[in-house]
Amino acid sequence: MSFRERIYFPAILNGMRITFGHLFRRKTTVQYPEVTRQFSDIYRGKHVLKRDDQGRERCTSCGLCAVACPAEAITMVSAERKPGEEHLYREEKYAAVYEINMLRCVFCGDCEEACPKEAIFLTTELVKSEYQRDKFIYGKDQLVEPFDPAKRIDVSKRQTPAVLEFKKDKRYKHNV
Amino acid sequence: MLKVTIDNISIEVEEGTTILNAARKIGGKVVPPAMCYYSKLKGSGGKCRTCLVKVAQSCTKDTRPMSKLVASCSTPVQDGMVVQNLTSPEVIEARKGIVEFLLLNHPLDCPVCDQAGECDLQDLSFGYGMEETATDDERREYPMTDIGENIKLHMNRCILCYRCVYAADQLTDKRLHGVLYRGDVSEISTFINQSVTNEFSGNIIDVCPVGALTDKTFRFKSRVWFLNPMNAHRECTRCSGKVAAWMFGNEIFRITGRKDQFGEVEEFICNECRFEKKDINDWVIDGPRHIKRQSVISANHYEETKKQSLIDPIEGKMHEQK
Ligand code: SF4
Ligand code: SF4
Ligand code: SF4
Ligand code: FES
Repeated sequence: MSFRERIYFPAILNGMRITFGHLFRRKTTVQYPEVTRQFSDIYRGKHVLKRDDQGRERCTSCGLCAVACPAEAITMVSAERKPGEEHLYREEKYAAVYEINMLRCVFCGDCEEACPKEAIFLTTELVKSEYQRDKFIYGKDQLVEPFDPAKRIDVSKRQTPAVLEFKKDKRYKHNV
Repeated sequence: MLKVTIDNISIEVEEGTTILNAARKIGGKVVPPAMCYYSKLKGSGGKCRTCLVKVAQSCTKDTRPMSKLVASCSTPVQDGMVVQNLTSPEVIEARKGIVEFLLLNHPLDCPVCDQAGECDLQDLSFGYGMEETATDDERREYPMTDIGENIKLHMNRCILCYRCVYAADQLTDKRLHGVLYRGDVSEISTFINQSVTNEFSGNIIDVCPVGALTDKTFRFKSRVWFLNPMNAHRECTRCSGKVAAWMFGNEIFRITGRKDQFGEVEEFICNECRFEKKDINDWVIDGPRHIKRQSVISANHYEETKKQSLIDPIEGKMHEQK
């Protein structure tokens, strides 16, 4: 080290200059919760399990989201639809239990990608903080969207124009 | 011995061997897929046409190619025969058409079906299929039926390969189900819904290449890729007692026969082993079964392999790769 380096003084001054310089820059933080940032339409937050137009649960408990999930966050137990439950579940089989461990989830959206039934989507909602770890295991009560058509969650912005176009074709069973 | 060349690989086989079995002797990618042929069932094959191959040279004396593609499961080899499977674009094209035909009436309800993940038709359509179909016609639909106490028949998914009919004919002393009607409207039936009660009848589940016949004791219990297939055995007075137990933790979800690399069971098992012994104490567990790397079942399953590090740490020489 040279003498200049050994006395440290210039280095300290230089550090101070950088620190004070930042005081007068534009702030990169916002005063949450008074101010919130704008989310992208396709932000990947908390999941929703969708219902179809008639209010039936779309998920058929196929397990593809669970096998696609890199964090192994999803578990489910399937059950067979009984006669008379056709207005509740779309398919012959449904998820009696469907759980996502939000602590494991990395919000990658692979589950959304894997789902053949357009049942699971990520939303712009955030997962709230909790005091207990087991509160982060979200069951169907927190994931399935409300039955009331007015309170449904719109996911059409997450879908490509090609998908939206395909969905208009009612010849496919998938779309009715 | 007859010499036959399949996809540029030559092998000598005995007289009377079919092209498909000769290809299976070579193994690997040259083996044509088979949806209806089952080596353990006499008379099976010749129905689905998935196994079509091109014969580029009939025999040593006649070097002309055969005029049409032939079903490899029912064509015996001749000396000097030259066969093309994957090396012939014509075969690939034809197989695409076959997949489209097999899927004409198929409901494509894989997300619901218990066979998903180990279904020959899924593999086939993934390998050769197209995303579109040329027809606009309605698919035929049948109600689900119970064949006996433990077997569910989804006729919608059936591809009419007749394997189950042969299995019931040859394994059980009295066949109670068969194919009714002909052509487009033919269906598997127990004739006035008589139940299949024979003690080997459960094997029709294993021979069914699709999810038309499924195990009711496993219905919607899990997906195959969440389970660990284990080799297990027990003393059984009726069958060999050698089975594959599909487990989750210490729980046995279902019992099937042990399937070999061509998807055929090694030994047929009895209904008691298959449907009634679901307790881990009924079985001696021998260890995990090998799962093909390409299979979805291999997700999150890890296997010990024999392959060591390629370079020997002491001698510094390359190991032979196994
Ligand atoms: S977003 Fe990713 S990590 Fe989260 S549950 Fe879905 S697949 Fe798993
Ligand atoms: S959310 Fe979709 S992928 Fe997951 S089990 Fe349900 S239908 Fe299958
Ligand atoms: S039920 Fe299965 S085994 Fe029987 S003919 Fe149909 S596809 Fe083949
Ligand atoms: S396997 Fe040869 S025709 Fe079906």
